[in-house]
Amino acid sequence: MAPSLATLKPPARASRNWGELIVEALIRAAGYSAILFVFLILLFLLREGLPTFAEVGLGDLFAVRWYPIEDYFGLLPLIGGSLIVTLGATLLAMPLGLATAVFVAEIAPRWLREILKPLIEVLGGLPSVVLGFMGMLALAPLVRETLNTPTGLTAFTGSILLAGMALPTLVSVAEDALDAVPRSYRDAALALGATPWQTIWRVTVPAARTGVLTAGMLGIGRAIGETMTVMMVTGNAARLPDGLGALFLPVRTMTATIAAEMGEVANGSTHYHVLFTVGLALFLISFLVNLMASAVVFRQKKRSERLLS
Amino acid sequence: MTRRQPHTSNRPTPPSLLLLTSVLVLAHGLAACASPASEAAAPATALENKGSDTMVNLALAWAEAYQVVQPDVRLSVTGGGSGTGLAALVNGTVDIANASRAIKDEERAAAVANGIEPVEFIVAQDAIAIIVHPDNPVDQLSLPQLSAMYRGEITNWGQVGGADRPIVLLSRETNSGTHVYFLENVIRLGQSDNPALFSPDTLLMPSSEGISAEVRQNPNAIGYDGLGYVTADLKTLAIAAEDGGPYVLPTIAAVRNKTYPIARDLYMYTRGQPAGDVQAYMDWLFSAEAQAIVAELGFVPVR
Repeated sequence: MAPSLATLKPPARASRNWGELIVEALIRAAGYSAILFVFLILLFLLREGLPTFAEVGLGDLFAVRWYPIEDYFGLLPLIGGSLIVTLGATLLAMPLGLATAVFVAEIAPRWLREILKPLIEVLGGLPSVVLGFMGMLALAPLVRETLNTPTGLTAFTGSILLAGMALPTLVSVAEDALDAVPRSYRDAALALGATPWQTIWRVTVPAARTGVLTAGMLGIGRAIGETMTVMMVTGNAARLPDGLGALFLPVRTMTATIAAEMGEVANGSTHYHVLFTVGLALFLISFLVNLMASAVVFRQKKRSERLLS
Repeated sequence: MTRRQPHTSNRPTPPSLLLLTSVLVLAHGLAACASPASEAAAPATALENKGSDTMVNLALAWAEAYQVVQPDVRLSVTGGGSGTGLAALVNGTVDIANASRAIKDEERAAAVANGIEPVEFIVAQDAIAIIVHPDNPVDQLSLPQLSAMYRGEITNWGQVGGADRPIVLLSRETNSGTHVYFLENVIRLGQSDNPALFSPDTLLMPSSEGISAEVRQNPNAIGYDGLGYVTADLKTLAIAAEDGGPYVLPTIAAVRNKTYPIARDLYMYTRGQPAGDVQAYMDWLFSAEAQAIVAELGFVPVR
């Protein structure tokens, strides 16, 4: 045994090492490429967007009128529009998503769970333009008639559709977090005489709260960047949202503005640079949301490490 | 400035490619011992067509269709605005200028001073219909009323003789030529020094379909669109140029006899009486085929 090993091993190990080296290098390149791409995108946005600050005064950028063909470049209505649609989507999606995740993870029998999970994920695969079209033709009239608003093309209509789009991510991640709560927690609670509902609400969900928060963050990230759906159902009126009542009025989001105006804008004009500034603002907002989500996940890891030690 | 070319219109052929083609043709000719030169190598005439952004899609569609009719003539279509197109005509750099307004006297004088006599052709007409929900009791509006509505000064249908309902203003996106025309001729009533703007509450729809879908289901809505895009299930309003003036529905006849106030002629100007390829093209523009394209793009055909 020993002599044959000695004679066979060196060439085999050498060839495997070469193969491993190449595979390792490829994997490393793939890993770094993501960082490189994000960095290049940021660089591109900065190159195209920064001239804005030389061409348009800060006072004009932080104004309330957006009418670019007459050189009104107030960004506040667009930022406000994106925020209010996202806020509405979060308020709708969080309770619904959490309830769905609790049902799927804790209450539903095994067979139902195996049907529900894939179905929820299919919802996430719907093309956004299809959702937008449905929203425009079916949901908008419903919103106008039930809420008695002047038009059905409101921030709220966009929020409903965005909540629907954020739900699959939210449910999937939250369900995983609930699933990861050790069985012993539930057993202990039930043994102490807690009802199943008390166990879920007081023990399981709090134990999984960081995972649930991450799910919410990822859902928000999905919602704020969505374009096609909101462009079709929010009416695109660039009016500054003034309070929660504006949720039931038309708004214009940052993404819809870029999508609607980029196609026809003259390359290198002020309007072109301002649209890239809007893109830059969007990039920073989603970056912040993702950073917060990562920070929460990171904290969760440290906490579980503490529990184990 | 936007510069677009139809897919079929040729960009300047790189010299190397030209050389290669001629070498190939030469080889082919030698092999066939005296065959006539291949058609692909026949020198093509290039016509420059520049001007109005409103007309750029129409001009492009025409140029693309004409490639099929007459492959030897290459049209290069550029936007930039009516003024830009006419200035280029005055300077003799384009063969045909597109304009959504008639040539000004000073432009004509400048052209004549350069030895160019601009010849005018009305190739199509552009009319904007004002549309509301079929159940809306309002039948007619004047331009000053429309202007006040879109500026956000009239906000209830009751103020113009309708039901007590809020008005929901619909418009095309700012990149649409129709948007700019509506701003200049309806909201600003054609006064070039009028700084009025769309009310910030105006809903900007990304497509004609977005406007008609909302008007079809919302009795509060008012919108506008090119006459060619209006479908039978929408109500078009009769419009008067002044309060109390004659209210006219946008029909093809009313557009042609100029009684409908939100309409304009679309012009093409040539350098002197067109001859040769330019004449052939201008003649083709008035053919049934070319005028059908006018209707397809939502403009009013002149034939």
